[in-house]
Amino acid sequence: MTELPASTQRKLGLVIDLDTCVGCHACVTACKGWNTENYGAPLADKDAYGAEPVGSFLNRVHSFEVQPESGPAQTVHFPKSCLHCDDAPCVTVCPTGASYKRVEDGIVLVNESDCIGCGLCAWACPYGAREMDPVEQVMKKCTLCVDRIYNENLPEEDRQPACVRTCPAGARHFGDLADPDSDVSRLVAERGGFDLMPEQGTKPVNKYLPPRPRDEDIDVLAPFLQPVAETPSGFLGWLDRALEKL
Amino acid sequence: MSHSQPQIDTSPKVSDEIRKTTCYMCACRCGINVHLKDGPDGKRQVAYIEGNRDHPVNKGVLCGKGSAGIMQHLSPARLRAPMKRVGERGSGKFEEISWDEAYDLAVKWLKPIRDTAPEKLAFFTGRDQSQSFTSWWAQAFGTPNYAAHGGFCSVNMAAAGIYTMGGAFWEFGQPDWDNTKLFMLFGVAEDHDSNPIKMGLGKLKKRGAKVIGVNPIRSGYNAIADEWIGITPGTDGLFILSLIHCLLKAGKIDLDYLAQFTNAPVLVNEDPKSPEFGLLLKTEDGRDLVIDRATGKPAPFDGTGVRPDLSGSLRRAGISHRSVFQHIAEKYLAGEYAPEAIAPKIGLSANRINRIAADLARTAFDEAIEIDQPWTDFRGTRHEKMIGRPVSFHAMRGISAHSNGFQTCRALHLLQILLGSVETPGGMRFKPPYPKPATAHPKPHCKVTPGKPLDGPHLGFTQGPDDLALTPEGTPARIDKAFTWENPMSAHGMMHMVISNAHAGDPYKIDTLFMYMANMAWNSSMNTSGVMKMLTDKDDTGEYVIPHIIYSDAYSSEMVAYADLILPDTTYLERHDCISLLDRPICEADAAADAIRWPVVEPDRNVKGFQSALIDLGARLNLPGFVTDTGEQKFKDYADYIVNHERRPGVGPLAGWRVGDGAAETTMQHGRGHPNGAQIDEYIKHGGFWIGHIPEEGLYYKPWNRAYQDWAVKIGLFDKPAPYIFSLWSEPLRRFQLAAEGHGTRQPPDHLRERIKATLTPLPIWYPPLEDGHADPVEYPVHALTQRPMAMYHSWGGQNAWLRQIHGHNPLYVPTKIWEEQKFRDGDWARVSSMHGEITVPVALMAALNENTVWTWNAIGKRKGAWALDDDAPEAKKGFLLNHLIHELLPPKGDGLRWSNSDPVTGQAAWFDLRVRIEKVRAPSRSYPDIPAQASPVPPAPANVTRKVGS
Amino acid sequence: MHPAASIIAFTTLSGIGFGLLAFLGLGFPRVEGMSAFAFFAIAYLLAVGGLVFSTFHLGHPERALKAFTQWRTSWLSREGWASVLTLVVMAIFAAPLVFFGLRLAPIGWLGALASIGTVYITSMIYASIRSVPRWHHWSTSAMFIAYALSGGALLSGQVTVAIAFLVLTGIGQFAAWKAGDARFAAAGSTAGTATGLGGIGKVRLFESSHSEGNYLTKEMVFVIARKHATKLRSIALVLAFAAPVALLLLPFHHVMAALAVLSHLCGVLITRWLFFAEAEHTVSLYYGRTAA
Ligand SMILES: Nc1nc2c(c(=O)[nH]1)N[C@H]1C(S)=C(S)[C@@H](COP(=O)(O)OP(=O)(O)OC[C@H]3O[C@@H](n4cnc5c(=O)[nH]c(N)nc54)[C@H](O)[C@@H]3O)O[C@H]1N2
Ligand SMILES: Nc1nc2c(c(=O)[nH]1)N[C@H]1C(S)=C(S)[C@@H](COP(=O)(O)OP(=O)(O)OC[C@H]3O[C@@H](n4cnc5c(=O)[nH]c(N)nc54)[C@H](O)[C@@H]3O)O[C@H]1N2
Ligand code: SF4
Ligand code: SF4
Ligand code: SF4
Ligand code: SF4
Ligand code: SF4
Ligand SMILES: [Mo]
Repeated sequence: MTELPASTQRKLGLVIDLDTCVGCHACVTACKGWNTENYGAPLADKDAYGAEPVGSFLNRVHSFEVQPESGPAQTVHFPKSCLHCDDAPCVTVCPTGASYKRVEDGIVLVNESDCIGCGLCAWACPYGAREMDPVEQVMKKCTLCVDRIYNENLPEEDRQPACVRTCPAGARHFGDLADPDSDVSRLVAERGGFDLMPEQGTKPVNKYLPPRPRDEDIDVLAPFLQPVAETPSGFLGWLDRALEKL
Repeated sequence: MSHSQPQIDTSPKVSDEIRKTTCYMCACRCGINVHLKDGPDGKRQVAYIEGNRDHPVNKGVLCGKGSAGIMQHLSPARLRAPMKRVGERGSGKFEEISWDEAYDLAVKWLKPIRDTAPEKLAFFTGRDQSQSFTSWWAQAFGTPNYAAHGGFCSVNMAAAGIYTMGGAFWEFGQPDWDNTKLFMLFGVAEDHDSNPIKMGLGKLKKRGAKVIGVNPIRSGYNAIADEWIGITPGTDGLFILSLIHCLLKAGKIDLDYLAQFTNAPVLVNEDPKSPEFGLLLKTEDGRDLVIDRATGKPAPFDGTGVRPDLSGSLRRAGISHRSVFQHIAEKYLAGEYAPEAIAPKIGLSANRINRIAADLARTAFDEAIEIDQPWTDFRGTRHEKMIGRPVSFHAMRGISAHSNGFQTCRALHLLQILLGSVETPGGMRFKPPYPKPATAHPKPHCKVTPGKPLDGPHLGFTQGPDDLALTPEGTPARIDKAFTWENPMSAHGMMHMVISNAHAGDPYKIDTLFMYMANMAWNSSMNTSGVMKMLTDKDDTGEYVIPHIIYSDAYSSEMVAYADLILPDTTYLERHDCISLLDRPICEADAAADAIRWPVVEPDRNVKGFQSALIDLGARLNLPGFVTDTGEQKFKDYADYIVNHERRPGVGPLAGWRVGDGAAETTMQHGRGHPNGAQIDEYIKHGGFWIGHIPEEGLYYKPWNRAYQDWAVKIGLFDKPAPYIFSLWSEPLRRFQLAAEGHGTRQPPDHLRERIKATLTPLPIWYPPLEDGHADPVEYPVHALTQRPMAMYHSWGGQNAWLRQIHGHNPLYVPTKIWEEQKFRDGDWARVSSMHGEITVPVALMAALNENTVWTWNAIGKRKGAWALDDDAPEAKKGFLLNHLIHELLPPKGDGLRWSNSDPVTGQAAWFDLRVRIEKVRAPSRSYPDIPAQASPVPPAPANVTRKVGS
Repeated sequence: MHPAASIIAFTTLSGIGFGLLAFLGLGFPRVEGMSAFAFFAIAYLLAVGGLVFSTFHLGHPERALKAFTQWRTSWLSREGWASVLTLVVMAIFAAPLVFFGLRLAPIGWLGALASIGTVYITSMIYASIRSVPRWHHWSTSAMFIAYALSGGALLSGQVTVAIAFLVLTGIGQFAAWKAGDARFAAAGSTAGTATGLGGIGKVRLFESSHSEGNYLTKEMVFVIARKHATKLRSIALVLAFAAPVALLLLPFHHVMAALAVLSHLCGVLITRWLFFAEAEHTVSLYYGRTAA
């Protein structure tokens, strides 16, 4: 039902560390692999080996450049999947009820057998987190690996999203953002986690951690190393004294 | 109405079975769990691949390629059967044949060669992960012409490390990720240690340790560096030597470490007239001599209780000697290395160099760490603690793929060692089988006897002119001219020279070129268009200049089209492999480890693991080692070889689960031991790998640590303890230089004397990249580089339906300065020309880029018709290779010679010396050069991929 | 946004169709019998035809009935209901009129209201989408209704009214374009807010997530060059408004009237094409757009 729940018991989501993401796309293909074999129809690739391949992906990594007022430009790798918004416009626009937000954990899902493939929810999402499957013609989006995180056929430690499990740099974190004591909430608090496009009023659950300041004081006159000698012979004199002390 | 939602199954079955094997999407070799499900036909099929949490390399994570392995395994470009060429070379027209026919053809070509002139076979195995096996085959065949891909890859890095400190970066060493506080990364986009580096960076980020990235391009790892140094390509050596200058000047060096563990205190002959000028003074039995501070007298460096004196000097037999350290001080304290002097050349400010030196010094010395772990060194001295200098470095092709790369890598090692941060906590750590000094490696062998094996291993570490691979006439013994005066220390061979030398018949003609896993008609060749021509050129009689080409590939690559006979390999999930301590294992700094691959699914095509095919072929050729005394095939297949072959008694390809000497011979042991018929089953049972941990006491200071040395002997890494000291002063280099100065009997040709004198210096130096001396910097003002994309593996990621959507074509990235000069806009194209050729390619803007550098992702461009892709695939239409602009030889300079475009020490291909000019042009419909299509030997690819094994 | 032919056809045809129904409901023109049948047939053809076109846009038209379930939140679902209800109401009005010459005027008025309501609801499918600032404004609904009324007036042969509506709608459209051009910027979403990196400095896309296109870039990141847009806007204004008005001002002739309708229809198709093509979605901020 496309009415949003008044509140959800938990707010499961991802925290993505832009200070650490190296842009390797591991989360992209791990997500594609898991979700092709699991939830719903396989994530198809149309014209897979052709001139204009188009596949559905639930998670994509963009790369941005940021030019600060002073100092060199910075590169920031930027993974993005569904943010499981509290105020998810994608859900309320859905005419069929295929899109819904789960009351127990806040995960936003598409019930593919109800989806008519109208695409309206993808329009409504400001973030581009929904993609129409090019072959199955149903709406695809991040499921937060709902079929992993509670999956009793998986060992406990693997009950986390595929993208989080695979991220080599440890830039992705999963947890309950409604619980202020959870690891993810703490990270957000410590590192100043933020929302994407807050002005869109979607109240995303997923948070992003900013890159730490870069290139600070690059050209500042250093606390110069104190020379011990200016000439090679002076250096050898210093050396002898230093060696005596060893 | 209240909220309602469907019930969903949150606990679906994940798979029917998990099989654990090893990834092959790159040389990192992570452990994978392959989830299999029963397909509609009841057969187990690959459903999902994830990382193996227990595996020492990746501890559960996988990179983008590894996670897309399923698409590699299912690629429509997979070859299906052995093939014989039926069209012209390069056309791609083949006919499928049986394995018997394939072997017969190979034997028909190879047998006569072996009986008369084995050197007429050139066997080069590219991106081989079984070099200890393939080299053994080549040795048995008797040809001197064997090597893998190291010569065009990163031999500078390997050789400089091993000659200097008995270990290198590459995947052979790693920063002490858990303890380091300042990490400096030089010229790395991805490296072979892909996942460990990412995991390591993740650890540093978690701790908030500082990362400095030195790279003209700020992407990938450099994007997350706290500080970016957008250095001018080819100038890292200068930067590093300037840091050394600053540190020396401030006395911020680890004197104790230098005195104990390096040849800094060893005495150098200083008499220019002496035939030993510049060599190290030795005892009668060849041990390096130092002055002992305790006695003030000369003593062997490793004498019990000796305290080597860094400022020692000695006059003996009328010849004065001074310690290496005094030479170091004298050389690098000179004004030419002062930050002020070098800053403009490298594109940094002098202040910044000073500040980084101060950062290094502060972290190494003021933030030193101590581990409460006593250990005993090789002199018998017991140390109560392990002192750590928590600065670490890592570097790869950005410094090694230049023609000054060897010396630049050495400079970096000198810096590390001066800081006392190699094999100490917080610094760089070797992974077994390293540390292993150059002297403990074999020397190159090239003595050919028709019908007999070669006299020893092909590749190795020359110690001086006597070890060069020259014929009695002094001409190169090897087709690639490795180990000659042009590049005397070419420890990995020079695969990039094989085709052009074979084509030129210089130093001699060959009959059969046999290659494995190298796309030499495309992205691994310099001068790609030229190489395609060489492979198809015919002589006056209408025969191909290179008469026979045999090639093993698993996929329909560009190189396939240029072979006469194709031996189709399996995919990585369909065969046995071993990742062996005998070549490039998967060890960690804390442990030795090796691993296997095994057929987690059976091939559905008429293909065979290449190593198994070589075993068959070896037997058909009657090669020693491949047949029994009665002439029967000795090993059934590669798996049989892996289990039963012994390189030395008790030491085989795999170290885990060998059989001990117990009465019943059932005691299982690791490291040394008798072959165990069930060894592979044990590996499978244990997740596909074996790991043996180094005892706590042996974890650091490995080259000098008795506990480590004893452990290494126990598990069979070497046969007796072999401690050594680091070679800051390199005698092998000096020996070649000495010869160039006219000493000794083996003399270089005159035209090479000056270059050898200038570049093979015993202490690290910097000289401008050689292309700079040939290219006119006004005409070709821009540096052009390539980088590895993290989500693509060379040419063969292009057939992967998922990965090719990420990198389907590659723009040339242009810095703001050039972008504005050329008035470029999005969607524009440019003509890029070098001294050798030109290409026309799409451009894109990148601001975080050295202002005189352009770059592109490596190996994205594809030839039309290859890889089962559409002729209009973006890879073929807009994608391109920079390789057309790079030549294996430098252009003529008027001295009548063609100098090779490689490092004068190791022969490493100087990919990154390239300089270009760039101009805006009207957008063409395809990138140029537009090579005509090759016929595809595999059926057309399906239009869509919608694969799901389970329901 | 990608200007999909099916949706352009849907909004254009159903808009005019419901516009015509509104006029018929109000009794303009006051027809009965066969001529009423003709008018209603045209109106139904347009309205229903538009709705049919809209299903071409669906990945799973066979499940279209499910779209009636979420009227509480979804404007698309409401649109389904509204169209059906309106058509039913109008049928109740039309049938007696056609077959018995019986005019149940209040039902006609109700139907007229429902027709305009349907157009409003259709417009809300777009106007409710906050991620497309150009649409997210009352003027979107106003324009949809204005177009429906102009088209309805034109088709129903209400020359004076038509001229008035056409002139007003034309002016309105011009103003809406001008105002719309500034709306993305006013919404405040930039590459900086989309990435959260705006505080560090100026943000621009360096490398897209995939080198090849995807559903999002095809659907949401349609870019039309400014100079083409200007040209198309002018043509649209001429075809949709100026030409029909001019034709209507000429002495009445059926050919002229037909030409006016045709011209208007073509013009509206262009404006609708522009309505989608010019609509900037915030997703484009992740694919290279930096700001407004
Ligand atoms: N411009 C430029 N050029 C470069 C470089 C650069 O930095 N810039 N880098 C250079 C370096 S370091 C390297 S290592 C080379 C790499 O270049 P190549 O060694 O040519 O590497 P690949 O493209 O991986 O090609 C290896 C071949 O192995 C085949 N193959 C893949 N899997 C299997 C298998 O399981 N069995 C068999 N038998 N074959 C298989 C592939 O299909 C492919 O044809 O490129 C070099 N070229
Ligand atoms: N994903 C992926 N992983 C791979 C491979 C792959 O194809 N894909 N290939 C494997 C192979 S064969 C190899 S050899 C390794 C190579 O791994 P890397 O050594 O990381 O090789 P490159 O991508 O060539 O990166 C070279 C880096 O050096 C920088 N550079 C170039 N010139 C200079 C310079 O003068 N100074 C400095 N400081 N930097 C410079 C370039 O900008 C680039 O970032 O990667 C291996 N791993
Ligand atoms: S896997 Fe991790 S490091 Fe790699 S792109 Fe995704 S978030 Fe970034
Ligand atoms: S990110 Fe987009 S798809 Fe996900 S909940 Fe928010 S609006 Fe919906
Ligand atoms: S595409 Fe499917 S999920 Fe999205 S709004 Fe339409 S019916 Fe709902
Ligand atoms: S949580 Fe699962 S579905 Fe969502 S992006 Fe990660 S892997 Fe994909
Ligand atoms: S780094 Fe990636 S491609 Fe390489 S072995 Fe590991 S998972 Fe496979
Ligand atoms: Mo390489």
